[in-house]
Amino acid sequence: MSDIQLDVETSVRPDGPASRTLLGDAWYDLRRSWIFWISAALLVFVLVMVVFPGLLAPQESTSSLTGGCQLANSLAPPSSQFKLGADQQGCDVYALSIYGARPSVIVGVLAAVLTTIIGAGIGLIAGFFGGKVDSTISRIIDIFLGVPYILGAIVLLSAVDLPGIWGVVLALTLLSWPTAARLVRGKVIEAKGQDYTLAARSLGASNGRIMVRHILPNAIGPSIVVAVISLGLFIGAEATLSYLGLGIRPPDFSWGTMIADAQNAFFQAPWTLLVPAGFLTLTVLAFILLGEAVSEALDPKLRK
Amino acid sequence: MSPTRDRVIAVSGLVKYYPITRGIVFQKKIGDVRAVDHVDFTVAQGETLAIVGESGCGKSTTGRLLLGLEPVTAGSIEILGQDITTMSQKELRAKRRDIQMILQDPYTSLNPRMTVASIIGEPFEIHPEALAGRTKQEAVRDLMDRVGLNPEFVNRYPHQFSGGQRQRIGVARALALKPRIIVADEPVSALDVSVQAQVMNLLLDLRDDLGLSYVFISHDLAVVRQIADRIAVMYLGKIVETGPQDPVYSSPAHPYTAALISAAPIPDPELQASRERIELEGDVPSPADPPSGCRFRTRCWKAQQRCADEEPLLRDVGGGHLVACHFPLTPEEAASHVVPEVPSGHATDS
Repeated sequence: MSDIQLDVETSVRPDGPASRTLLGDAWYDLRRSWIFWISAALLVFVLVMVVFPGLLAPQESTSSLTGGCQLANSLAPPSSQFKLGADQQGCDVYALSIYGARPSVIVGVLAAVLTTIIGAGIGLIAGFFGGKVDSTISRIIDIFLGVPYILGAIVLLSAVDLPGIWGVVLALTLLSWPTAARLVRGKVIEAKGQDYTLAARSLGASNGRIMVRHILPNAIGPSIVVAVISLGLFIGAEATLSYLGLGIRPPDFSWGTMIADAQNAFFQAPWTLLVPAGFLTLTVLAFILLGEAVSEALDPKLRK
Repeated sequence: MSPTRDRVIAVSGLVKYYPITRGIVFQKKIGDVRAVDHVDFTVAQGETLAIVGESGCGKSTTGRLLLGLEPVTAGSIEILGQDITTMSQKELRAKRRDIQMILQDPYTSLNPRMTVASIIGEPFEIHPEALAGRTKQEAVRDLMDRVGLNPEFVNRYPHQFSGGQRQRIGVARALALKPRIIVADEPVSALDVSVQAQVMNLLLDLRDDLGLSYVFISHDLAVVRQIADRIAVMYLGKIVETGPQDPVYSSPAHPYTAALISAAPIPDPELQASRERIELEGDVPSPADPPSGCRFRTRCWKAQQRCADEEPLLRDVGGGHLVACHFPLTPEEAASHVVPEVPSGHATDS
């Protein structure tokens, strides 16, 4: 009798393959999710646009300096020469949309990464030290959350003369870190009360070790999911700010500037608006779907 | 308490109050939760002291204070002759090599994102001098072997183990620094009974092989009986009875101890039916507002006016058996509530 129990005790539980880890389980789940595969396919396409746009369209077609844009072709409808039509300057809308992906996606990625790093750092400090540190940081977060998002970005970008990608990234990060910080803070407080933190402390671990080795890895999960989802939203916000003339400015262009340029010609040439808007929507959607699929796979409670 | 053996722990006048505050911006203290209220005890080299009592009696708080995890309100705790209550954080960290802790719940006491190798290896990262010339891998494998885990499993995660195996991981982590004292806070109460016996046997073997001293915190008197040399019964932050295991179990002098012993079931239906069970009435009073005099008087069937007026102090009723009661039970009274020791010894060994 006790021999059998000892056997059970010294062997691994018989459920599942031996190599299962938390991330392994998540990947096992992800592979079975059609949402994941759709978003992954879309994102591979987006990645190609960002890294190797030359594979999809020649760069000359995006600039009048290289003879790609000719006013004679202004607002030309889709044809064999212009697959998705031409814009007011006579540029190929398809080629512009391909090359416009890079600034949009770079803004999204940078803003999401910076927001997560800053938010996680501040949330970790607030949650870990608690007391007055926490109260002070939490009130600052409340103040930032009171600022209307787009209005805040408009005011900031009008006041600070920092055109281009960095201005947009700065504005978006400055207005978004409080949400990330609040999320991390809550998870940190939860992890801080766990017995494994107490065990580390009783081993004589320093605060830094406890924060980095024990608390952060257990508190960062949800903010990674939120980062993926907000990456899509940041791309949309970049388009909004560029549309308003506060983001990326000519001669640079992005999906946002293309949409802004297209507004006057919409009824004559709807493709000038619909094509970049379509690219934008699909990219944002892909990131949001990916975020959802990842969060479902990482959360054992949502597993089927 | 034998004078020939060295004292490894000497606690005197230990007090821990948690303030109760009201208000958000201007916090005002409106009272104290008296978690531990003037407690004294000693533990000798190689000895096991069991602290027993209901939830909320202050036994776990006492354990945390012994490790210096929380500041004390008053009193002193000498670990191997040095008072830890006055130590700086840095000195305290170094002192952790002498005293370690095993926690109750093996499901929350192991970081789910770390492999067994990094959980058991972490003590060596914090105190590299404890490796004593070995590599970390060797040290981790030795420890796993020592606690009965297959060293092949070093790269697995806690969720791949059963409850008993996880608790062995916790024991290995506590042993890593070669401590002389281990505070075990309900180390088996989260485990199945069959697994409990295995972990208890491991703890007993380790004590004998390594000469460890244990402070064993538990509410389970059957488990305590297997391991304790001496017992301290706590009620509402105070020790009400303490002494060597035998007189405390066979003839408890404090009514509360008798009630606890009579509440523990006996695995023999005839004996169980024949003995007189004491059923306490009411709940444990709030530690924020304990009763005057004797704290147990509100639930005690022997309580009289004197118990409300005068706080009973611990006094010797013979052979190091101390009790804090004005009307202690006589051995004859006690005998009706307890049973002769069940022959168990090294419980349920194969």
